Amino acid sequence: MDEGKVADVSLELLTKGRTLATRLNCKLEAVVLGHKLKGVEDQMFPYGADIVHIGDDARLDPYTTLPHAAVINGLFTEQKPQIALLGASTMGRDLGPRVSSALVSGLTADCTALEIGDHEDKKAGKVYKDLLYQIRPAFGGNIVATIINPDCRPQMATVREGVMKKEIFSAGHKGKAVQLDVNKYLKPEDVVVKVIERHMEKSRVNIKNSSIIVSGGYGMGSKENFRVLYDLAEVLGGEVGASRAAVDAGYVDHDRQVGQTGITVRPKLYIACGISGQIQHTAGMEESSMVIAINNDPNAPINKIADYVITGDVMEIIPRMIKYYKKNSK
Amino acid sequence: MGLKIIVLAKQVPDTRNVGKDAMKADGTVNRAALPAIFNPEDLNALEQALRLKDIHKGSTVTLLTMGPGRAADIIREGLYRGADNGFLLTDRAFAGSDTLATSYALSCAIRKIKDYDLIIAGRQAIDGDTAQVGPQVAEKLGLPQITYAEDILSADKKKIVVKRRLERGVETVEAPFPCVITVNGSAASCRPRAAKLIMKYKHARTISERQNQSEDYIDLTADRPYLNIQEWSVNDIETDHQWLGLTGSPTKVKTIENVVFQAKESKVLSGTDAEIEELIKELIVNHTIG
Repeated sequence: MDEGKVADVSLELLTKGRTLATRLNCKLEAVVLGHKLKGVEDQMFPYGADIVHIGDDARLDPYTTLPHAAVINGLFTEQKPQIALLGASTMGRDLGPRVSSALVSGLTADCTALEIGDHEDKKAGKVYKDLLYQIRPAFGGNIVATIINPDCRPQMATVREGVMKKEIFSAGHKGKAVQLDVNKYLKPEDVVVKVIERHMEKSRVNIKNSSIIVSGGYGMGSKENFRVLYDLAEVLGGEVGASRAAVDAGYVDHDRQVGQTGITVRPKLYIACGISGQIQHTAGMEESSMVIAINNDPNAPINKIADYVITGDVMEIIPRMIKYYKKNSK
Repeated sequence: MGLKIIVLAKQVPDTRNVGKDAMKADGTVNRAALPAIFNPEDLNALEQALRLKDIHKGSTVTLLTMGPGRAADIIREGLYRGADNGFLLTDRAFAGSDTLATSYALSCAIRKIKDYDLIIAGRQAIDGDTAQVGPQVAEKLGLPQITYAEDILSADKKKIVVKRRLERGVETVEAPFPCVITVNGSAASCRPRAAKLIMKYKHARTISERQNQSEDYIDLTADRPYLNIQEWSVNDIETDHQWLGLTGSPTKVKTIENVVFQAKESKVLSGTDAEIEELIKELIVNHTIG
């Protein structure tokens, strides 16, 4: 939940969950925990939820790990879901492993694709039907792994905001709302962590909704060199993004990071400067309508998904792009 | 008030700067070509532990790592920066562990260490990026958890107050001891190695390492016990084998694909003035920009 509204990532997961449920011929159920949740189910039905379980209790807001885990563990033990999806937010990544540990089920973090498929275990001579394929880049993005949980349920996965599409299933879709008896699941010893203070701010940068993104990587070389990217973004009316390597190197703040462990973007134009293009990064920008790669390495992997490749020194090319843009735009 | 702190740390391949020689001819990752490093956020975790030790006299910082024999490097690195001792959990029985089996093994080792107030770990390791082991260890030990910690604001006998860094803001939370804290990369960097501590601990070795070296090493710890890095195999901790290694891992890797990009038809420009101007004009004409 996000100020009375169901978070985008949850609606994205409902959209994906609807596809999976239809494919598996089962119900799509949602769990929402918090306080003062009246009418919340109406936000979720259009995205295809058949049942919405609502845990409405003062102890569930603001979020703390143990009370949420207690309710989910209890509910999952009763309902035995096949698949459980969580947003890979700080909340989902705090709660998911706690639940998976308690239920001894497998959890795959930060999936970029979810599919249904079979698996044959040749050694054991067993065939598993309709497993959840949890697909994610691994090893710093140098490989893509398909993970399965053959024997344990639920099959759990987290997915970052923006990775899946959010789509109304049917505006008139109606499901059932079920109020949970929170006291049944929550014990006093679950309420030991206290939130003393909270400062939530609207994200300062909004690269997710920007139609032009000028992104820099480790190849930019320094925080100072990023200046030219801000200059170009400003004249083009775009935002500055960054690869993980650039964020790790301290060139730019994490809220600008594009990629699997950052933000997924789909801009009209993506200008990748000094970015080599590991899949960890490209997973978050490959659906850009147009990609321009500027790199002094003619063999950088990013070049393969770029529409235009400019081989050369970013620090020397960007100022000329600004110059010619100013000259040619009205 | 002395606190007993356990820091969980992992030795990881440095996946951040993967060079060309990191991929083998068949397209698979050549792990041997990647340097093995102290997982970056585990260093942030170590720093938080050392700060508590600075403030609360009589505190101890114990490192715990699971991995192959060479992961003893992690313990030494920690000793050089101010940790008091360390345990290396190493056994073939742990091979193939996913996060859950790893957490189980670590929690068994922590139970054996037994006396602790606080467990601090990095939020996640750069080779997996899952952020699961911290919370799963907490669950296995039945302890509260504080993830995404950026700063430990205060600690007294009974409780700890921690600032958390969330996507869109910060949160201050209070938890009772004992508890598990996972530390974000935005927290303070770890202090460097201290020359004095390097001198003190440079010969710190596990029993396996000593056996592979000259005779002198074997006796070294007799009068200097702090040079012994405790090494535990599966038999040294109490475990139920069904929860270990591959058997204890609910997640299985079905397939691994090396990343091959679908090549688009890219236009390659060498960056002359004329080319750049032409490109900009084209982008303006087709309304991509402008």
